[in-house]
Amino acid sequence: MHFNIDSLYFMMPAMLKKGLFFGKTAIMLFVILFTCTVRAGTADHPASGEQESFNAGRMIMEHVVDNHEWHIAEIGSLHITVPLPVILLYDGKVHVFSSNRFHNETHSYQGFRLEQDGPDKGKIIRVADTGASGSIAARVYDFSITKTVLAIFISSFLLIWIFVSVARRYKHNPNKAPKGLQSLLEPLILFIRDDIAKSSIGEKRYEKFMPFLLTVFFFIFFNNLFGLIPFFPGGANVTGNIAVTLVMAVFTFIITTLNGNKHYWIDIINTPGVPWWLKIPLPLMPVVEIIGIITKPFVLMVRLFANITAGHIIVLGFVSLIFIFGAISAALGLGVSVVSVAFMVFMDLLELLVAFIQAYVFTLLSALYFGLATIEPEHH
Amino acid sequence: MELITPGLGLLFWMTLAFLLLLFILGKFAWKPILKMLHERETSIHEALNAANQAKEEMKKLKFSNEQLMQEAKNERDAMMNEARKIKEKIIEEARLKAGEEASRIIESAKESIHNEKMAAMTELKNQIAQSSLDLARLILKRELSEPREQEAYIKGLLKDYKFN
Repeated sequence: MHFNIDSLYFMMPAMLKKGLFFGKTAIMLFVILFTCTVRAGTADHPASGEQESFNAGRMIMEHVVDNHEWHIAEIGSLHITVPLPVILLYDGKVHVFSSNRFHNETHSYQGFRLEQDGPDKGKIIRVADTGASGSIAARVYDFSITKTVLAIFISSFLLIWIFVSVARRYKHNPNKAPKGLQSLLEPLILFIRDDIAKSSIGEKRYEKFMPFLLTVFFFIFFNNLFGLIPFFPGGANVTGNIAVTLVMAVFTFIITTLNGNKHYWIDIINTPGVPWWLKIPLPLMPVVEIIGIITKPFVLMVRLFANITAGHIIVLGFVSLIFIFGAISAALGLGVSVVSVAFMVFMDLLELLVAFIQAYVFTLLSALYFGLATIEPEHH
Repeated sequence: MELITPGLGLLFWMTLAFLLLLFILGKFAWKPILKMLHERETSIHEALNAANQAKEEMKKLKFSNEQLMQEAKNERDAMMNEARKIKEKIIEEARLKAGEEASRIIESAKESIHNEKMAAMTELKNQIAQSSLDLARLILKRELSEPREQEAYIKGLLKDYKFN
C-alpha cells in the first residue's frame, strides 16, 4: 500500500506560515509518523526479497549512513518507513517529490534513479538522458531532506524548545534556585562556562565564544544521545555523519581564524622555542604550523565521526551476530542473543559515556583553539 | 551516501540548521541564561558580603552592649554604695541628734526638778521655820518675853543650819 503524501509536503510551508506548526514539534512528529508508509515487501527492497541470506555488513552500513527515507520497522514483509521529500537541483530546475516515488521496478521517477547497488549506492542519478545506465557525470545536486537532515531539524527544534523555555524560567524566576529542567541543565551550562570556556580562553575573552561553545556542546550531546535511541525519531546517526562533523569543525576553524590576533599569526610564521635552522632557509616549522591550522579542525571532525560511528557499528554488529547464528540454527541464535544483548547493553552504557565525552572533547578542543588564537603575548 | 564522503545536501542543510540554531539559541537562550546566571552569582556574592557585614556589626553591637551593661552595673553599684553611705550617715546623725535631744530634755528636766526641789526646800524650810517658830513660841511663850529677839536668834540659828 502507498499513501500519497506529496500533497502534504506542499501544504507544510503554508501551514508553517500560518504559525500552525511553529514550535509544535510534537504535532509535526505525529504528522510525520502518521504519514509513514506501510508497504508489502516486494522486489524493490532487496533485504525482504532474499531474507535467508543476511548480509551483516550491508545491514550495518545501511543503518550508519544517510538515507532518503526513514526506515522504522519491518514486520514480516511489511516495511514501515517515513518517506522524506527529495529535493533535486538538475539543469537549473528544482524537482521536489516524495522518496516513495522510487518504490517501483526501476527505482526511478521523473528521470531520476535511486541507485540500489554499486559505488553510487544510495545516490540519486539522472537516467533519462543517458538511457538505461545513468552516470554520475550527469550531476544531480541532491538537497533532499534525508534521514540525517530530518534528525538535525528535530533535534534543533528540541534544543530551541528546551533552552528557550529554560531561558524563560531564568527570566521569570530571577535570582532563585533552579527548578526542574533548569536545574538539570544548569550544571552543564556552568561546566562549559567555568571548566571549558573560562579555563581555556581566559576570564577576559571567554564571553564572546560562549554561544558557539554551548550550541556545539548541546547539539553534539543531544544528537549523540538521540542516536542511541533505537526508535524514531532517534536512531539517526547524526554526529556519526562526516558532513555534520565537517560543518561543525569548519565553524570552529572559521571562528579560530577570524579571531586570531597578531600574536597567533606571528607564532605560526615564526614559531618560538624552535631552532632557527628549522625556519631558514627551509621554512619547515611554518609549513607544519600552517598545516596544523587545518589539521586541528580536521581531527575534530574525524574524532567525533569515528567515535560515534564506531559505537553504532559495534552495537549493530552484536545485533547481526544474533541473525548470523540464527540463520545456522534457531537455538544457536537464541543462545547467542543472550550474550549479544548483554554486550549491547554494555556498549550502550559505554556509548552514554562516550556521548558526553565526545561532546565535551569537541567543545574543549574548540575552546582551546579559540584560546590559542586570542591569547595575549606574555611580556618577558 | 558513502560513509566518509560528505553529501552536498547534508552539508547545506547542516550549515543552515546550525547557523539558525546558533542564532536562535544565542539570542533567545544563551544570552538571557548567561546574563541571569551572572546576575544571580553577583546577587549571591553581595548577599554573602552583606551577611558577613551584618555579622561583624552584630559582634560590634554585642560588644558595645556588654560594655554598656557593665557601665550600668558599675553605676548602679556606685549608686547603691552612695545610698548606703547616706543612709548610714542619716541614721548616725539621727541617733546623735536624738541622743542630744534626750540629754537636753533630761538636763532640763533635772534642772526643773532641781528648781522645784529648791523651791520646795525653801518653802519647806520656811514652813519648818515657821512651824518651829510657832512651836517654839508655843513652847517658849512664857519663857520668851521678847519675841523679837527670839526670832532673830532662831533665824541666826536656821541660817547656819542647812537642810539636806
